[in-house]
Amino acid sequence: MSRLAVPKTYKLYIGGKFPRSESGRSYEVLSKDGAFLANAAQASRKDARDAVVAARAAVKGWSGSTAYNRGQVLYRIAELLEGRRAQFIDELVHSEGLSAGTAEAAVDLAIDRWVWYAGWADKYAQVLGNGNPVAGPYFNLSVPEPTGVVAVIAPQTGEGHSLVGFVSAVAPALVAGNTVIVVASEAAPLSAISLSEVLATSDVPGGVVNVLTGSPKEIAPWLASHADVNALDLVGAGGLDWVQLQVDAAETLKRVLAPEDGPDAAAPSLERISAFTETKTVWHTKGLL
Amino acid sequence: MKAARRAYDRVWSKMSGSDRGKYLFRIARLVQERARELAVAESLNNGKPIKESRDLDIPLVAAWFFYYAGWADKLDYAGLGANPKALGVAGQIIPWNFPLLMLAWKIAPALAAGNTVVLKPAETTPLTALLFAEILQQADLPPGVVNIVTGAGATGQALVRHPDVDKIAFTGSTAVGREIARATAGTGKRLTLELGGKAANIVFDDAPIDQAIEGVVNGIFFNQGHVCCAGSRLLVQENVHDDVVERLKQRLSTLRLGDPLDKNTDIGAINSAEQLARIQELTAAGEEEGATRWSPACEIPANGFWFAPTIFTGVQSSSRIAREEIFGPVLSILTFRTPQEAIAKANNTPYGLSAGIWSDKGSRILAVADGLKAGVVWSNTFNRFDPASPFGGYKESGYGREGGKQGLSAYLAPSGGAK
Repeated sequence: MSRLAVPKTYKLYIGGKFPRSESGRSYEVLSKDGAFLANAAQASRKDARDAVVAARAAVKGWSGSTAYNRGQVLYRIAELLEGRRAQFIDELVHSEGLSAGTAEAAVDLAIDRWVWYAGWADKYAQVLGNGNPVAGPYFNLSVPEPTGVVAVIAPQTGEGHSLVGFVSAVAPALVAGNTVIVVASEAAPLSAISLSEVLATSDVPGGVVNVLTGSPKEIAPWLASHADVNALDLVGAGGLDWVQLQVDAAETLKRVLAPEDGPDAAAPSLERISAFTETKTVWHTKGLL
Repeated sequence: MKAARRAYDRVWSKMSGSDRGKYLFRIARLVQERARELAVAESLNNGKPIKESRDLDIPLVAAWFFYYAGWADKLDYAGLGANPKALGVAGQIIPWNFPLLMLAWKIAPALAAGNTVVLKPAETTPLTALLFAEILQQADLPPGVVNIVTGAGATGQALVRHPDVDKIAFTGSTAVGREIARATAGTGKRLTLELGGKAANIVFDDAPIDQAIEGVVNGIFFNQGHVCCAGSRLLVQENVHDDVVERLKQRLSTLRLGDPLDKNTDIGAINSAEQLARIQELTAAGEEEGATRWSPACEIPANGFWFAPTIFTGVQSSSRIAREEIFGPVLSILTFRTPQEAIAKANNTPYGLSAGIWSDKGSRILAVADGLKAGVVWSNTFNRFDPASPFGGYKESGYGREGGKQGLSAYLAPSGGAK
């Protein structure tokens, strides 16, 4: 006798918890060929604002943890992803309509990117920072520090985007100690929510990553104009009126990354880490002997 | 813009880095040679004391060109990988508080990186920029590499909105910075903004008090307080508040206000009637909101725009004089009890440009510096500037850094092309 499957309820991920949208709304997630897969939560403005509150509350702890610790926590995500490879491959096959081989390659790529970025956690400050030989009796040091709360519109198109694109946008912001609010792929949000389950069980403190599913068009303007968001990654906002989002972001002078598309969107780079850092330069007086 | 583009296409982008560097070295030397003339011109231009233009502004202008001159043939080490590319034509808009120094901050890295420049000095302070153009002629810099256009906001807007400009660098108010960020949204123009500030100068009870008083005075009364990174909020540990305020008053009583060209003058003129009106409005608001105002007895010259050094005690964090940038010789004094409270109060502002820490305890300085959301932190000193040291803010104080390697890379793109 065949066994009746137990389907999963896909919800939001805010502050380390999995709430439904406060609005009670949901939307149907369909496979590439139109079959029903799940009802995903359709996040509202209030959900976005709750996510910002959670992300802000998590900044101090996450940015204050040691770089070594952040690196280990990020690496642990890769470990857990590896253990759930089959689930992620399956989700990509169903929600994006990929072949098993392509889906497998996408999951491997996502895992390898976590590993690559995890390794940067205790190195980027050495590469980007420097001591400065100023003309006077001062010890002068520049170090990159996290910008704070970063809102990300995750990639919405491309093969494997719902997992690889998501990881490629989120990991670099986390490495530096930022906390993030991510608007997942609207059409294929399942991988992002399953990844949230990985995050929830991999020592990433609650609120460090917050995942919203629903309409980027509806949610993005609230994040772009929110005064407690420090930076905006529009990597997946190419299909939206992203220029208006950048205009909205100017009100509080958010740091903004423009949309990218194609297979190289959000390609791994040190620049994606440095984009959400602030250089702090400290002058220390030296005593005259 | 046309001249700058032509010079970029035909001359500057084809020139070797070492030759670009040599032009910049020439400029540095010419500034040094004409330092006395430039210092006088700057004090006439801006109203700042000659002591400052002579000992600080002009020497730093020369230092800035000298520092970036050496970078011109070493761009591979700027942090962007091998063969980084110049951006093209940079539009640069600078304020009136350090007219020639801000020009140097903008032009030196832009040229070193291989860009050409259109620069607009502030409406009220164009004189030294035009004198600088003469220096460029003496240096035989190819025509069009640097172009200086004087004018007010409309000229700046034309520059920002020009379709052929590749990069905008702006120093000035946060309000205008916002407008520029809006105007360049979606254009792909690179943008760096160095905007306002409301810096906290934090004095702990174990600080070397005499040095701290000097630093606090320098922090806010330097250049009449027309300084974006001025230490305009003094946070004093509660148990030394009365002592610090008393000594501060004594020190302020010795400051000389008056003729900027008198080398004994400590506090010069306010830059414009408009700025004076803003300072008067905000200080009046400070009194209305319940803070106690104090100024030393000092003679104010009959002609021109002047404002006596002023301190406010009993200031609430919510008061306008604790929140808004006054850009004048006005210090708001608040108190704190614990380092945590000091950090929280220091960060309680949309700005994040600079901060100061005064303490004899090294471990405390390091911990407090870590907690401050500010791009520049001075410990047991204040208002130090150096071309090797990156300068720029967090949050609404803008983005990007000027000075150092970071300031150079703001005018470069990786060899793969500009994003």
